[in-house]
Amino acid sequence: MGSIEGLLREVRSLDATADQASWLSRIDPRATILATMAFILTVVSFDRHAVAALLPLAFFPVVLARLGDIGLARIGRKVLLALPFALMVGLFNPLFDTTPHLELLGQPISGGWLSLTSILIRTVLTVAATLILVACLGMHRLCAALDRLGVPRVLTTQLLFMHRYIVVLGGELGRMNLARELRSQGTSTLPLAVYGSMLGHLLLRTLERAQRIHQAMLSRGYDGQMPQVGLPLSWHWRDTAFLAACLVVLAWLRATDPTALLGRWLMGIAT
Amino acid sequence: MHMADALLSPAVGATLWAASAGTLAWCSKHLRGDARDHLVPLMAVLGAFVFAGQMINFTIPGTGSSGHIGGGLLLAILLGGPAAFVVIASVLTVQALFFADGGLLALGANIFNLGVFPCLIAYPLIYRPLVRAAGASPSRNRLALITVLTTVIGLQLGALGVVIETQLSGISSLPLSTFLLLMQPIHLAIGLVEGLATAAIIAFVYGARPDLVAVDDTTTAGATASFPTRIVALFVALALATGGLFSWFASSHPDGLEWSIEQVTGKPEVEGEESAVHQWLARLQERIAPMPNYAFPASAEAAGEEEPAWPAVDAGTSTAGVLGGLGTLVLVMAIGFLLRPRRARTSG
Repeated sequence: MGSIEGLLREVRSLDATADQASWLSRIDPRATILATMAFILTVVSFDRHAVAALLPLAFFPVVLARLGDIGLARIGRKVLLALPFALMVGLFNPLFDTTPHLELLGQPISGGWLSLTSILIRTVLTVAATLILVACLGMHRLCAALDRLGVPRVLTTQLLFMHRYIVVLGGELGRMNLARELRSQGTSTLPLAVYGSMLGHLLLRTLERAQRIHQAMLSRGYDGQMPQVGLPLSWHWRDTAFLAACLVVLAWLRATDPTALLGRWLMGIAT
Repeated sequence: MHMADALLSPAVGATLWAASAGTLAWCSKHLRGDARDHLVPLMAVLGAFVFAGQMINFTIPGTGSSGHIGGGLLLAILLGGPAAFVVIASVLTVQALFFADGGLLALGANIFNLGVFPCLIAYPLIYRPLVRAAGASPSRNRLALITVLTTVIGLQLGALGVVIETQLSGISSLPLSTFLLLMQPIHLAIGLVEGLATAAIIAFVYGARPDLVAVDDTTTAGATASFPTRIVALFVALALATGGLFSWFASSHPDGLEWSIEQVTGKPEVEGEESAVHQWLARLQERIAPMPNYAFPASAEAAGEEEPAWPAVDAGTSTAGVLGGLGTLVLVMAIGFLLRPRRARTSG
């Protein structure tokens, strides 16, 4: 999953995108979360050989990214990182599923190749939608929405807290590792014994830090209960309208097959 | 190890979401009754620690590769099972959201595979009894051995979970036995590596602060008291739910059925064209074929020439699908392009 520096850069850049004002940032985060979940369910509900029918669903992430002012190139780069795993598992499909399903330019196409393509398209769509959701909302609005949607307080608090300390501890571990590398004449190997004592030291320091944080919380009136997580939310008619529009479009894309309609129309023009 | 959305069917994804949500609710109820209010900041910083710790790799001697901690067992040792489960759930959520590891639908499955097995099964049922049996101050080597063993077992169970979930989903065509033979040995190796990493950290902490690693009943108060019966009940309920879902799934979903027939006959495909099962499957396949209903008239009679058993194969529909697909992509790109300038202006 990359280096510590990459991790920190990623967390910071996502926080920065989430802070910018866009059309989507005025929508209640609960509506955006529910719409994204509906989208993912729609994608995975298609038959495993579905390829062409999945393509119109790409409208959703593209439009959402534009409404939220998220650069598609950045999302695309991160989606590419997620593809190898899907490819690894899907790669066996053409070997085991050899029944022909389609014929293209005189070549029969087996079900395995179709389902492999389908898996890759599914990956791109679901991963892109998830990344866009987080880039639009950011951790604070996301946790506030999850809290109001009924996720246990202990998890939403944990998410917010942890998100804050990833930057702190990541930075600390990054500096420790840099110091080690500078003292080891440029060799990048990290023997298990050194690894154990390095992370062990950090762990002890982390535990002490937790104690200090707890004392700081107590001195600010913490009584074992967390105050309201995140920001106040209010649901307006436009949130209802946004969610309803998303659901209607998704239902329409699922029920009809716009790709087929378009294809037949194009063939009608051609002949 | 992370499941991906693309490999899950909605039924399996939803079942595991329900299972993980139920476990989370149980853990959070358990933690609310816990008097240790310093647990909140402790869980947060340890979550961040595991997150950062997974970025640092140690070198495996003799090979060119490297490994890192998994985190589940380490957290369970320091926090107890339920709190460790919540922390792992939060780590996996952030990984799914920020780094596209797994996905939102697969999050339930991932929390189950990487949270329940190490924190709520391997830790209380293997690690704790073994460390207790080792006496008041176990030797470092013994502690390391127990740590590695527990990690390996937890990860093997998790990998088994991935295989079963993938098979039940029916998106991948990999036969069960092949998938098992691929996943289990790979995760044996990964488990050994993760176990060694965890053992190295535990050994260090054990040397400096043995109280943190000790299995006493104050750090994990109540975690074991009512645990076995509850977890057994949970799993019975879960097995019933999954079984019920699967039987429904198998009877209504041809892919699930096809899969179970493969298991019965031991062949990847049913070959005898005359067999009733095959004909029935062919009819089903015809019904669920990707684009069954829109052959253009000119080629309608040409259909079925190549493969009598698979009448859904039709050059006309395929061409329509490809043309439509290309057209759709062009439209998507056009919309993305058209929306851009307006957005750029309002934001800038």
